Amino acid sequence: MADRSLLRVEDLVLHFRTSAGPVQAVDGVSFSLERGQAMVILGESGCGKTSLAKAILRLLPRNVETYSGSVFINGMDVMRLDDEDFRRQVRWVKISMVPQAAMNSLNPVLRVGDQVAEPMMTHFGVSKADALTQVNRMFEHVGVPLDFVKRYAFELSGGMRQRVAIAMSLVTSPDLILLDEPTSALDVLTQANIMNVLKRVKLDMDASFILITHDIATSSELADRVAVMYAGQIVEVDTAERFFAAPLHPYSQKLMASVPRLRADQEPEFITGQPPSLLNPPVGCRFAERCPFRFEMCDQEPPLFDVGGRLTKCWLYDPALERVRAQEAGA
Amino acid sequence: MAVDSHTIVAGGQAPGEAAPHAEDPMLRVQNLRVWFELRRFGFGHAGSVRAVDDVSFELAHGEAIAVVGESGCGKSTLMKTILGLYQPTGGEVVYEGSVVGKLGDLDLKHYRSRIGYVQQDPFGALPPFMSVRRILEEPLSINGVPAEERLPRVERAMQEVKLTPIQDFLHKFPHMLSGGQQQRVVIARAMILQPGLIVADEPVSMLDASVRVEILKLLRALQESHDLAVMYITHDLSTVRYFSERIFVMYAGKLVEKAPVRSLLSNPRHPYTHALLAATVDPDPENAKTLREVPAGEPPSLVRPPSGCRFHPRCPHFIKGLCDVEVPPEFETDPNHLTACWLYR
Repeated sequence: MADRSLLRVEDLVLHFRTSAGPVQAVDGVSFSLERGQAMVILGESGCGKTSLAKAILRLLPRNVETYSGSVFINGMDVMRLDDEDFRRQVRWVKISMVPQAAMNSLNPVLRVGDQVAEPMMTHFGVSKADALTQVNRMFEHVGVPLDFVKRYAFELSGGMRQRVAIAMSLVTSPDLILLDEPTSALDVLTQANIMNVLKRVKLDMDASFILITHDIATSSELADRVAVMYAGQIVEVDTAERFFAAPLHPYSQKLMASVPRLRADQEPEFITGQPPSLLNPPVGCRFAERCPFRFEMCDQEPPLFDVGGRLTKCWLYDPALERVRAQEAGA
Repeated sequence: MAVDSHTIVAGGQAPGEAAPHAEDPMLRVQNLRVWFELRRFGFGHAGSVRAVDDVSFELAHGEAIAVVGESGCGKSTLMKTILGLYQPTGGEVVYEGSVVGKLGDLDLKHYRSRIGYVQQDPFGALPPFMSVRRILEEPLSINGVPAEERLPRVERAMQEVKLTPIQDFLHKFPHMLSGGQQQRVVIARAMILQPGLIVADEPVSMLDASVRVEILKLLRALQESHDLAVMYITHDLSTVRYFSERIFVMYAGKLVEKAPVRSLLSNPRHPYTHALLAATVDPDPENAKTLREVPAGEPPSLVRPPSGCRFHPRCPHFIKGLCDVEVPPEFETDPNHLTACWLYR
């Protein structure tokens, strides 16, 4: 069987210990990704999307309360590896990451070329000369002028630093690249440039991406699939095609309606209320408090319903309620 | 244009009284130039950063304009000069007939009470050790509002920005508020002296998508209910159409296109405006199938900007011998639509 399955996350949980109690940053997240695909994880600040990336790459702070679930990469559950094996076998070998504000994450006292070469030297024992040849190839690929190899991060513009960070994530040819808000601090033209770079990389290198962002419009530049995260949980997973046309979950619908459009005469709407605290999330559906369709079922937690291949965590799509809904629509 | 000199009153004038003639612009910026001197070893002239270079426009009472441009194009410098935080190197800013740079200290204080400033990062803009009440009372006490009048005005301002129930927020500190609520406090603070003009520097860029629209709508509602002029600085073209009447496009220290919103979006003229519009995306799965056209290169250094039109090294319609030699004047390409580009000569 030509298995294109690359990543499968099952019931991933990451809770942080705080003085006020456990913060349920990632709470039972499951999804899968095929090779060569780009999955966008959409969500607002504080919904746990960055924690999800860190949980996948096991970049954890000290105050972890619970960390459980499975992360299968090419069929292997990497959650079973100990920390040292995980570092050797997974980080930058199977999965690399472009962190949030990557442009400020470069080491200020290293030349950017040496910095990009470093993962190859540590993980694959490549000699520095060979590594630098590969760096040159990568810089060409992402559009960094080759004489920048010897420069320091502060000598580069924001867009160039972001390209360097992307080159660094690609240099070991990992199976999967996690991008955390890769364009949010950049100007529109630079943003378009970076998205072009990512599109080209995706085509040329058959690379797989997880793109974590709150910017719905920009995310559509790369997305094959979209997952929407709300209050630590994934509430909808669908193909980009169907999602951007008409999302299912009420939160996704509201989120889409909040995007100001340049080309359509559609007044943007905002979502009233605020996301719940992750310290004490509500028992039932976490969006219920802000949801215009709330009904009695919403006091219980909905499962992810499969609506013809589209997954949505909302009682409105409960097959058992199909009949009731049809009646309501008629009324 | 003659300056309406009778409205200049030394020592300031009670706000709202003897409002200037309705046709007079509230704010007139004339050939404004703000250069920052670069010094070598702390002294010795080493050139200038020409952050704002020969910018002119007028802003009417109650009008909202958006200044759109990339970081480093000088839009924040323009705004801060209007606020009186920087001295113009050349040209002038005239507010209701008074030249801003030439105001005495007392006048400047009055002028600042007429202009509200909404900062980009609400958390950074609010003092962390002050409660919402103290933050909002401070401008009132500085401007000599009697103590007993302050609380009612604070409450009214909070009502207007919908920080309700008021009692819940009055004694909170900034870190206890969400980003959207913090930005409401910033807006309330900008509004509390009942200014005629609000200057908002990327007021929503630090906020989440769903909150952004809420804050922009709030600013729009305040603008309409108080007949406020709003100058709104942003790099995001997709929001401007809903919240302003005119758009100014800024590139490398100059305004390259000034137009009513509809006209600019349906009929963009300057090649840089074209590039900005092409790079602004709507959520659409078709986006993933094509590469986007982006002009090569990056915005120029403002120390040694390109000769002639500053966009010419990146421009796809570059005319040799003209664009790189002469600075393009503004051509009226459509009614009230000015474009500084030789293509329209």
